Amino acid sequence: MLELLSFGPGGWGDEILRGTGVTVAVASLAFVIGLLFGATAAAAKLSGSLPLRLAADTYTTVVRGVPALLVIWLFFFGGSGMVTWVAGLFGYGGRVELSAFAVGVAAVAVVSGAYAAEVIRGAVQAVPKGQIEAARALGMRRRLILRRVTVPVALRYALPGLGNVWQLTIKDTALVSVTALAELMRMAFVASGATREPFFFYCTAAVIYMAITTLSAAAFRAAERGAERGVRREAGR
Amino acid sequence: MNPAFALEILPQLLTGAVLTLQLVALALLLGLVLALPVALARLSPFAPVSALASGYIFVFRATPLLVQIFLIYYGLGQFEAVRESFLWPILREPFWCAILALMLNSAAYTAEIIRGGIRSVPYGQIEAARALGMSGPLLYRRVVLPLAWRQALPAYGNEMIQMVQASSLASTITLMELTGVARAIAARTFQPVEAFVIAGAIYLLLNFVLTRAVHWAERRVTHAAH
Amino acid sequence: MTAKGFGRFAAMLAAVMLLAACGEGDKQAQTAQSAADKPVPNPLRVATEGAYPPYNMVDPAGNLIGYDMDVMREVCSRMKVECGITAQAWDGIIPGLQAGKYDVIIAGMSITDERKQVVDFTQGYAITPAYFVALNDSPLHQLDLGLERIGLDEIDTTEEAAIAALKDALKGKSVGVQNATIHANFVEDALGDAVSIRRYDTQENLALDLASGRIDVGLADSTAWEAFLDSEAGRKAGFVGPGFDGGPFGEGLGIAVRKGEDRLLDALNAALNSMREDGTLKRMAEQWFGFDASAR
Repeated sequence: MLELLSFGPGGWGDEILRGTGVTVAVASLAFVIGLLFGATAAAAKLSGSLPLRLAADTYTTVVRGVPALLVIWLFFFGGSGMVTWVAGLFGYGGRVELSAFAVGVAAVAVVSGAYAAEVIRGAVQAVPKGQIEAARALGMRRRLILRRVTVPVALRYALPGLGNVWQLTIKDTALVSVTALAELMRMAFVASGATREPFFFYCTAAVIYMAITTLSAAAFRAAERGAERGVRREAGR
Repeated sequence: MNPAFALEILPQLLTGAVLTLQLVALALLLGLVLALPVALARLSPFAPVSALASGYIFVFRATPLLVQIFLIYYGLGQFEAVRESFLWPILREPFWCAILALMLNSAAYTAEIIRGGIRSVPYGQIEAARALGMSGPLLYRRVVLPLAWRQALPAYGNEMIQMVQASSLASTITLMELTGVARAIAARTFQPVEAFVIAGAIYLLLNFVLTRAVHWAERRVTHAAH
Repeated sequence: MTAKGFGRFAAMLAAVMLLAACGEGDKQAQTAQSAADKPVPNPLRVATEGAYPPYNMVDPAGNLIGYDMDVMREVCSRMKVECGITAQAWDGIIPGLQAGKYDVIIAGMSITDERKQVVDFTQGYAITPAYFVALNDSPLHQLDLGLERIGLDEIDTTEEAAIAALKDALKGKSVGVQNATIHANFVEDALGDAVSIRRYDTQENLALDLASGRIDVGLADSTAWEAFLDSEAGRKAGFVGPGFDGGPFGEGLGIAVRKGEDRLLDALNAALNSMREDGTLKRMAEQWFGFDASAR
């Protein structure tokens, strides 16, 4: 059975490995871009402007309310048209074409960003007012307070939530396989079809996903511990 | 966006939405029934039992649902032994395979939600109930579970909405639920954007109604407690 | 449900629809632009499915192989262009062409009137009938319609009777087809009220489910079935009833390009013509199908 996973022309080991690489690449890019979307949306939600707040609410409500699979299909079928239209707004006249990789990253990033937005908003709101007042009393300006107080404290609060968003993002990349992007799930699918051994290949994929999620969960826990350094424990904890 | 075309495909999409609702309702119900023993097993002081429950929860939460569905549908169907077993009448049907995958997945998440709820029950309440002579199942039924449920309801509301979205994966194993119908329309008419946008709107509507219902239930539960 | 909550929900929905509408409107405006003068792209970006043996599939080394691939590589070399072939999901393969993700599709795609409204096709490079397949122990194998082939361009009374008898035999059965194919359309239109239709993303998964007994019968291209029937799992299955062609099954398989890109279409047709004339196409068909499927 294991010879199915051998490397080289007879086995699927190298394809699966390459697929794993694509999965990690799509997830990482989508997570980072999603963080940008999320931070922007969170800022808009916390801003005083009603239109901005409404736009950000629409984004998070709509994207979190429809299945990620549907978002991916929509991007896959209609993505280029929409991007071309947006590019047109910025004065670019030509057609913008998206590769399957770009479509996958964009779709997963949009979903990831909507969840990240809620986490970031919650974390910023959780920053104790007293800390900001204390910073102001020390004569810090708004930008400095943001950089030295709000962001570091909020980041600490946001880390566990962002860890969850990352797990979600990795799992969502599996859905991109429906567009035939050669990521891990797609490779398991192709190998299953060619060898008629679906059980073996989907189990292999499951184990690899588990390894990725477990390793990254450990990394996030380490980061959380790092962020907790220098934080005074409450009594009794 | 062509309004006439949108109107034309609406009835087909609504038929798909009915199947979506069936999948979600049944998977949630069965998932909840399974989640309770899993949560209790997870809290069990007997290490092998708790490890088994932890393992189950870990596997289903650490892998994509799509892998789980394919593993159950195509993976199990591959074996002669499964095809000749008494389980085949169930595993033969894509509907039951989807229910099985969604249910197992939902139970893993719900068990954690219930566990969190149970752990949040103040110890004083349990002591008070013990002082009144309650113990074992009665204590659980009358004190621990109702209190845990109240605590867990908001998180369970999220899980319900996640299930609506998760049910879209049933389309990958030939079920014509909402996403499946949208896909078939997109493929046949070459007007994909309409089909997916309207399907998305129906999902939003479903979730909106569900969110309201959970809010209503939350208010009722908190009200009853005072 | 509060009135305010619902109003906000409706506003969000309207915003999304508007966005979709804008994206769409512009797409249509752009396609007409001087497509006819567009030179043949080099490198030429080619899309295939990669899960439809023997037309296109992936070998364990990860290479795309099959009849389509051999034909396309030869066409490209005769057109003197570089070919970059990538695998795409079948469902979205035509929208992907329209969206400009690639320039041509060669994926065992039948030339049909429905598809001709959205893409242009070259001449047919293969023509093969569609067949139903069921497991050998299925009662459907006792069905004898007395016909070997039903051409759906013009249907005579015996053929009409045969189709009615077939529909009768299939009543209440589950019929598997691949989504977005002529076979799916035919089953939907001709048998939709009698059978339960199961749509698959790939032919391979359809075959997998037929072998495991999840569906009673499948409808697909005869040559696509051959790959399955030759396999270990496929030995316990066989053709049922007559072969179908013409009408909704189209005029054979063609290479698809975006509408109006005439220079590219002419160049592809010229290459196919020369391959037909010197016997290359026939040789390739015989190699992959065991018979000359290129004949018209």
